[in-house]
Amino acid sequence: MFSQYALHHAWLIPLLPVIAFIIVGLFLRRIPVLSAAVSVCMSLLSFVLALGVGYGVIDQLITVDNPLIQRMPWLVIPGLTIDMGVYIDPLSAVMLIVVTLVSLMVQIYSIGYMRGDAGFGRFFAYLSLFSATMLGLVIAVNFVQLYVFWELVGLCSYLLIGYYFHKVSAREAAKKAFITTRIGDFGLLIGIVLLQILFGTLDFQHLGVSVPAYVAQQGTGLLTVVALLIFLGPIGKSGQFPLHVWLPDAMEGPTPVSALIHAATMVVAGVYLVARAFFLFSVLPNAMEVIAWIGAFTACFAASIAFTQRDIKRILAYSTISQLGYMMLALGVGSVTASMFHLTTHAFFKALMFLAAGAVLHGLPDKNDIFAMGGLRHKMPVTFAAMTIGVLAISGIPPFAGFFSKDEILLAASQVSMPLYVIAVLTSFMTAFYMTRLLVVVFCGPEKPDNHPHEAPVSMRIPLVVLGILAIIGGYIPYAYHFGDWVRFGPALHMGLNWTIAGTSTVLSVAAMALAWFIYGSGKATSDKLARRFSALYNLSYHKYYIDELYLWLNHTFVDGFGKLLYWIEIYVIEGIVNGLAHLSLQLGDWLRRKQTGNMQRYGYIMFGAALLIVAGLLLLNPLFKGVLCGGGY
Amino acid sequence: MIGLAHFLTVAAMVFAIGLYGLLTKRTVVGILMSIELMLNAVNINLIAFSRFITPDVLTGQVFVIFTIAVAAAEVAIGLAMVFRVYRDRNTVHAARLNEMRW
Repeated sequence: MFSQYALHHAWLIPLLPVIAFIIVGLFLRRIPVLSAAVSVCMSLLSFVLALGVGYGVIDQLITVDNPLIQRMPWLVIPGLTIDMGVYIDPLSAVMLIVVTLVSLMVQIYSIGYMRGDAGFGRFFAYLSLFSATMLGLVIAVNFVQLYVFWELVGLCSYLLIGYYFHKVSAREAAKKAFITTRIGDFGLLIGIVLLQILFGTLDFQHLGVSVPAYVAQQGTGLLTVVALLIFLGPIGKSGQFPLHVWLPDAMEGPTPVSALIHAATMVVAGVYLVARAFFLFSVLPNAMEVIAWIGAFTACFAASIAFTQRDIKRILAYSTISQLGYMMLALGVGSVTASMFHLTTHAFFKALMFLAAGAVLHGLPDKNDIFAMGGLRHKMPVTFAAMTIGVLAISGIPPFAGFFSKDEILLAASQVSMPLYVIAVLTSFMTAFYMTRLLVVVFCGPEKPDNHPHEAPVSMRIPLVVLGILAIIGGYIPYAYHFGDWVRFGPALHMGLNWTIAGTSTVLSVAAMALAWFIYGSGKATSDKLARRFSALYNLSYHKYYIDELYLWLNHTFVDGFGKLLYWIEIYVIEGIVNGLAHLSLQLGDWLRRKQTGNMQRYGYIMFGAALLIVAGLLLLNPLFKGVLCGGGY
Repeated sequence: MIGLAHFLTVAAMVFAIGLYGLLTKRTVVGILMSIELMLNAVNINLIAFSRFITPDVLTGQVFVIFTIAVAAAEVAIGLAMVFRVYRDRNTVHAARLNEMRW
C-alpha cells in the first residue's frame, strides 16, 4: 500500500527538501533550532518515501524492464518538447535511498558539528538545496533534466565548499571545484546536443530503444565520440584523472559537507550518469575500454597519492577518488551491478569515515595533520570504533560491506581483462595500507600531551552508530538478497563469491594492514626512514605528482599568454583603429573648419565655380542638353 | 532685326559685369550694386523669353515685377545694414567684415 503511494508520489522526494530550503532560507536563517528541525524533518520524510520506493522494488512493482515513468512538458517550443519527470527503476531507487539516508545522517550530525556557527541556518538551507537537486538528478527522465540538476548540484557544491567564505583558501577551493567540473560539463553539454541532433530525443527510455538500432545500422564511430564527450562530465564530477584536482581542495568545506557531497552523493553522480546512460556506453566497446582504463588508472593513481598525505581529510579525499575510479572501472568492464553495489557500500563507509574524521576535528580543533594527533582511542572510543569499522570496510575484510562490493568489481574486472584486474588488486592492497596508516597514526600510539580531545556530542554519535551498522551489514544483506537481480543492465547477474579472487584480495588486504601496523604502529622512526630511503618517490607522491603545479604552469603559460596576446591586439589593433578614426575625423574637421574664412567674396568664387562645374557637367552628361550643344537654339 | 539672341547677349554681358563686380569690389555698397546688375540681367532674360517665346501669356513679365519689388526690398535692407555696420565699425570693406569666420 505504502509503496504504491510512495511510487506515485516519488516527485515529492526532491520537492520536500526544496520546501525546507525555501522555508529555512527565507524565514528561519536566524533561528538555528527551527532551521535544523525543518531540514531534518523534510529529509526524514524524503527518506521514508524513498524507503517506500525501495519496497516497491522489492515487491517487484517496478523492475529494470518495467520502470515507473511520469513526464510533464517543461519547455515547449515548435519542434522541441523537453520534459521534466520521474524515472523510477531499481537503479534510481537505490540512489534515492542512499542519498536520502546519507543526507539525513549528515544533517543530524551537523546539528552537533555546526553548533554555535554564525551561519547555522544558511548551512542547513544549503544542505536542503543540495539534497533536493541531487534527488532531482537521480529521478531525471532525460538528459536535459539530468544536466540542469547536474549543474545545480555543482552550484551547491560551490556554495558549501566556500561556506567559510572569509577564508581565502575556501574561496579559492570553491572556485577551483566549480571551474574544474565546468570543463568536464562542457563536454557533457556538447555530447547532449549531439545526441539531440542524432536522435531527436533526449529521453532515456526512447534513447534506450533507438541507440542500439542506430548502432546496428550506422556503426559506432560517431556515437563513440558522443559517448566520450558525455563521459567528460563524469570525469569532472566524479574526480577522475585528469580532472581530479578539485576534490582534495574541496575539503576546505565543513566536514559534513565533505561526507555528504564529496564522498557519498554528488561525486557519484558521474558514476550514476554512466550507469543511467549505460544503453549508450554498453554498445560502444571503445568507449567502455576508455572508461575502464581511466577508472583503473584513477584508482591506482589516487591511492598512491593517499600514501603520503598528512591531512586527515585529504587522505580520505584521495581515497574517495580512488574508490570512484573503482566504480568507473566496474562500469567500464560492463557491470552496472558491481558499480552500483560499490557506490552504495562506499557511500555508507566513506560517509562514516568522514563523519568520524569530523568528530576527530571537532575534538581537536585546528589540527588537520594526522601526525599531530595520536592515541585518541582512549578519549574518543565511539569515533575510534566508527573509524575502525570504516577502515575494515574499505579494506575489504569480510564480513564488512566493502568486501562484497569490491569482490564484485574484482570479479567483473577479472572476466574482462587481466591487467585491469591486477591494477584493481594492487589498488585494494594500497587502500588497505593507507587506511590502516590513518587509523594507526590517529588513534593508536601514545597520546600527545598538548592535545585535549573530547568525544563528540550525542547528535554526532547517532549518525556514526547508524552508518557504522550499515558499513557492517550493508554489504552482506544486498549480497544475500541478490542485489544483482534487481539493479542490473541486461540479464540478471547472480552474484557469487569467487573464493580465489575474494581470498587473494582478503589476504593481500590483511598483509597490507599488517605492514602498515608494522611501519606506523612502531613509532614514527620507521616511516621516516622509509621516506628518506625512497625520497624521490615520497616527494612525487607527497606533492601529488606535481599535477597542480603542472596545471598552474599550463594555465600561466598558455591561458595567460593567450590573454596577453589578446590584450596586445586589443590595445594596439582594435583601439588603434578606433582612436585612429576619431583622430582622422578630428583632423579633417579642423582642416575643413579653416575653409570658412568669413570672406564673402571667396564664398562667391566658390559658389560660382561650383555652379559652372555643375552646368558643365550637366551639359556633358545629359543627352537632353547634347542637342543644345550640337546646334539648334534660337 | 533685333531678335532673342541680342537680348540674351546683352543680359549675359550685364550679368558678367555684375559677377565681376561682386567678386572684385572691395566695399559692401559696390557689391550690393553688382548684385542689382545681376538681378536686372536676369530680368532682361525673363522679359525676352516672355516676349519671344510665349507672347500670349504674361507670366514672365509679371514675374519680373515681383523680382523688382523683392530686389528693392533687398537693397533697402542691405543698405540699412551697411549703414549700421559703418556706424559700428567705421568701415564697409568686405574683407574686414570677417567676424563670422570659423
